[in-house]
Amino acid sequence: MTYLADVAALTRKDLRVELRGRDTLPAMLLFVLSTLVVFHFAIPDGAGDDAAYGLLWVAIVFTALLGLARAWVPEQEHGVLDGLVLAPCDRSAIWLGKSIATLAFLLAAQAVALPAFVLFFEPLDATALAGVLLADIGICAVGSLMSAMAAAARAREVLLPLLVLPLAIPLIVGGIGAAVSADGERFLLFLLLYDAVFAVLSWASFEYVVTE
Amino acid sequence: MGLAIILALIVAPEDADQGISQRIFYIHVPIALTAYFCFGLGAVKALFLLWRGDERYDLESYVAIHQGTIFGALTLITGAIWAKASWGVWWTWSSNQLVLFLVLFLFYCAYFMLRFSLEDGPRRARSSAVYALFGVALIPVSFLAIRLAEDFIHPTVFTREGPQMSGSMFATFAITWAAVTLLAYVLYRVELAGKRLDADLRELREALQ
Amino acid sequence: MIRGRGVEKRYGRKRALRGVDIAVPRGGFAVVTGANGSGKTTLLRLLAGLAQPTRGDLLVDADRSRIGYLAHEPLVYRELTAVENLELYGRLYRIPERRERVGMLLERFTLWDARNERVSTYSRGMTQRLALCRTLLHDPDLLVLDEPFSALDEDGATLLDRELESLAGQRTVVLTTHDPDRVARLQTARLALT
Repeated sequence: MTYLADVAALTRKDLRVELRGRDTLPAMLLFVLSTLVVFHFAIPDGAGDDAAYGLLWVAIVFTALLGLARAWVPEQEHGVLDGLVLAPCDRSAIWLGKSIATLAFLLAAQAVALPAFVLFFEPLDATALAGVLLADIGICAVGSLMSAMAAAARAREVLLPLLVLPLAIPLIVGGIGAAVSADGERFLLFLLLYDAVFAVLSWASFEYVVTE
Repeated sequence: MGLAIILALIVAPEDADQGISQRIFYIHVPIALTAYFCFGLGAVKALFLLWRGDERYDLESYVAIHQGTIFGALTLITGAIWAKASWGVWWTWSSNQLVLFLVLFLFYCAYFMLRFSLEDGPRRARSSAVYALFGVALIPVSFLAIRLAEDFIHPTVFTREGPQMSGSMFATFAITWAAVTLLAYVLYRVELAGKRLDADLRELREALQ
Repeated sequence: MIRGRGVEKRYGRKRALRGVDIAVPRGGFAVVTGANGSGKTTLLRLLAGLAQPTRGDLLVDADRSRIGYLAHEPLVYRELTAVENLELYGRLYRIPERRERVGMLLERFTLWDARNERVSTYSRGMTQRLALCRTLLHDPDLLVLDEPFSALDEDGATLLDRELESLAGQRTVVLTTHDPDRVARLQTARLALT
């Protein structure tokens, strides 16, 4: 139970830092809305209705990347990450706390973006929304880990998308499938599988990424 | 030994006598399988690195993945040649295997970007190892995704199946496969030895200073 | 408490710490000196458990919950207040009676009045004092301090002097400093790195 308490404390800390700094969430919101408007001009007239869903997912992934790029910045100022690693708590709790917080930000941005999408483009049914949620979980789980890896690197802003995009491809497939396919549940199950596999992998390997 | 391998590679396809599409297939599939194997080996070495903590595994994992990426690139190239020979186009999204390799190729290219961006040391070794493990997890998941994606991507115009193989064809295939695997193994050992030598030389030089 | 032989740390080609022998008994007070780049910080990171030696044996008879590490960086969140920072660490270190302990330390290091201000508003001396609070929060058995006097103002340095005096003999201390005379009267061992 202390594990969950640790995670809760860490997530709360992340939410608090963001509320005070107000760096990331407004940027994500503005970015996703601007991207949707750009898409209106980018889709040629003849393209099918389904093309819009594809673009939605591109917008989501890049918005998530924006949030993920900034995910570990508070820990890099003043070297805080070392402080967290030194603590007797499980290192994976650090990852989990960060993933949940990042997920919260992404969902907050989508709370604005999805209604905007429905307004500008196409409707979204329950399966599509479930797909969005499941894919969000996947992106935040994997992305938090990759972001931590990239945080120690040169050119980290460039590196993070390179690391995340190949891993995001199955999520995009799942998300679009949930929205457009007649058999959307199949895609939801797939997303569930992805989340299970990669969340566990991220959870287990975080320790190795932050220690030497 | 290298000569024998090259001979085997040339002889085996000529044996087939079925036209270029078939011949490329004999090379294309073993190369693809070898790439998978290299990635798998890289992941196993990565696991040992994380588990045992011995940094020797870092180099072995890296070299295996390097080989895998090279063979992956060759898979895409031979695949493109095969596509051109079979259907007249250099690329098709309907070949699940090719699409899968494209995704994997991108993933493992990012692996090298990762290594290039991090300072040498335990952090780089560990991050690379974790990434390598993600790679092998991605292989089946990606494949599944690509299969599912057929649902809403344009229906396939071309048949997906490769040529069916009879007994003699299979023998040729097996020989080629063995030859390619052997080639990969030799390259792996050569590259690993070369890199180890580099590292040892460097250590010697530093110790003398 | 600490026993090390031939301890070495490399980062790829770079050798950050050459073979070092170190022995500090429980309750000892070891001062580590050396020029910049001699590996003082690396050694302290190894002692704190943030890194593993590449070669040699190192035995530190304390787990993460019993070690307090003061780094070059203060290791506190800029956007949180002093109280929030210490509360978080208090939770992660599973400190009983967290609130009281946090208050006590903040008072001892004269940060009580600024306790609800964000760290981003603090002076360098105040931030370092908060870092000291963080280090001492869980009453560690082993204190590993990397140049603790460097960022402190005169008042802060006096507070630290007092703190170190009360800790000497009761806890094991390893610290690096450019001013070894300041703690000469407390030290039980000196280690000079080249």
